[in-house]
Amino acid sequence: MISTRALRKDFVVSRSHTVHAVRGIDLDVEPGELVAVLGPNGAGKTTTMRMLTTLIAPTAGTAQVAGFDVTAQPAEVRRRIGYVGQGNAAGHSQLAGDELTSQGVIYGLDRRAAKRRTDELLDGLDLTSLARRKVSELSGGQRRRLDVAMGLVHVPTLLFLDEPSTGLDPQNRANLWEHILRMRAAYDMTVVLTTHYLDEADSMAERVVVVDHGEVIADDTPEALKSRLAGDRLVVHGTDSRRLAELAQRLPGAREVRYADTRVEARVDDGPSALPELIRAGVDAGVPITSAQVHRPTLDDVFLALTGRSLRENESTDSTAGKEAA
Amino acid sequence: MTSLLDSPTRSTPPTTIQRRSLLRDTLIVAARELRPVRRDPFSVMFGMVQPLVFLALFGPLLVGVVGDSDVLGGSVWQWFVPAILVQVALFGTSTVGANLLFELQTGAHERMLVTPLSRPSLLVGRSLKEMVPLALQAVVILAVMTPFSFDLHLTGALAGLALLAVFGVGLGSLSYALALAVRKQDWMFWVVQQTLIFPLMLLSGLLLPLESGPGWMQVVAKFNPLTYLVDAERSLFAGDIVSTTVLWGVLAGLITAALGLVVGIRGMSRSAD
Repeated sequence: MISTRALRKDFVVSRSHTVHAVRGIDLDVEPGELVAVLGPNGAGKTTTMRMLTTLIAPTAGTAQVAGFDVTAQPAEVRRRIGYVGQGNAAGHSQLAGDELTSQGVIYGLDRRAAKRRTDELLDGLDLTSLARRKVSELSGGQRRRLDVAMGLVHVPTLLFLDEPSTGLDPQNRANLWEHILRMRAAYDMTVVLTTHYLDEADSMAERVVVVDHGEVIADDTPEALKSRLAGDRLVVHGTDSRRLAELAQRLPGAREVRYADTRVEARVDDGPSALPELIRAGVDAGVPITSAQVHRPTLDDVFLALTGRSLRENESTDSTAGKEAA
Repeated sequence: MTSLLDSPTRSTPPTTIQRRSLLRDTLIVAARELRPVRRDPFSVMFGMVQPLVFLALFGPLLVGVVGDSDVLGGSVWQWFVPAILVQVALFGTSTVGANLLFELQTGAHERMLVTPLSRPSLLVGRSLKEMVPLALQAVVILAVMTPFSFDLHLTGALAGLALLAVFGVGLGSLSYALALAVRKQDWMFWVVQQTLIFPLMLLSGLLLPLESGPGWMQVVAKFNPLTYLVDAERSLFAGDIVSTTVLWGVLAGLITAALGLVVGIRGMSRSAD
């Protein structure tokens, strides 16, 4: 469905300054996949997506999307893909229903078919009662659902979602996802989304592509990424934390063992089976454990393991940046 | 709610598209742009009245200043009515970029760019839409002014409006190109638009006859395409259709349109960068 080779994008800011937003991305997406592209702001997620959707031209490299080359046949690509950008797709002074019908006509439906399709989508995305409402009067969540509806008018086989749930409260996020997943099942769509919400990538995507500084640094299922790159974290308490730390060090795959006061922390390959082992070792050695926890890793732990930086830090410092610059 | 899953959605054909044509795309864009205008008759009505107010307030002053000299070549209204139509077109089309600026910020423009609509249609359709209120304004102005010592020459008037439309598509396109060029510092749009529009207007003899101004202004005006357009409009509205003045005006209109479309389409194609 998507195949890119050495895809690059440079933005010339001034004569002496060029931003290498995307530095050679190879990415293959098979039909039916649901792929999340994860990375901090400025990692090149949005730039990559804008190249794949023909909005900007690659500096170098090739990209085949839905069977066509984005540079040689952008019109063919545009006919086949759905796209939900970061902004709101509908004109603010337009009526919600009118915008959907316009989209239908743009994609080649006659007016009657476009109207029928509009009703279908309004119904499917819980927007029927808002059809005659001006877009500027819709709430953030309603507007986002309208964006998704507009991206689906022509029944695309491939849907791009650029940070679909940014700015929505948890309830609206859950609601939006419910709609997206239902639409995906109804149309057997391939879905590619960018996000900087870790939990979103973790729970929704079947495959996560981690991007940093314009390059793919990891690409796997969330589960595989977490167990391969981060591992489980054990946190135990006991009176002799130094002795306990020594015992923890002997667990299979133990690393990053730290202790302070009564607390010991360690990262291990398989937390649930390592913990009983540590408890037994503590009892045998006469340094009993008083409390214990196993923390399953998050994708943030994955990112931390890969780059030494936390995604969350990036998120909080860059949250005002809003739209990605590169 | 469940209709999408229950109904055989897959059988609704993934749109098989007939061959795209620039005309169809342009009409789609223009129709979409006109939709909010149609729902907002009040702003259209205000737009109708504005030039009349200007005409009523500026006209008498013009008579007072140059009325007794013969620079206007007879009737003040015969001189001023075509000018006011040019002025309406000038302000109407040079400000259209501001609408696009807003759509650039919200993402509505980006939405249009990922659709299969051809790039030129995004520009031409938007510019053409501006001609609809302009035509309505012209009808109102002519209807109101004809009883007041203004001779209506219908063929000339229609030709004049057609020429204004050609020029307007050009200027509208330039306005969109400006909006696209300054989209990262949007306040620049009004700075540039205002800085250009007033000298262009005053140096075209649109509001006051240049013949009463100093020689250097008359020289500069010769390099202003708007001068030729204004002269041609006056000639057409006086019923003088076949003349070199009109020919120069048509040329000025065509050059503006060609320049606007070339610059604008280039801007549109790069507007997602």
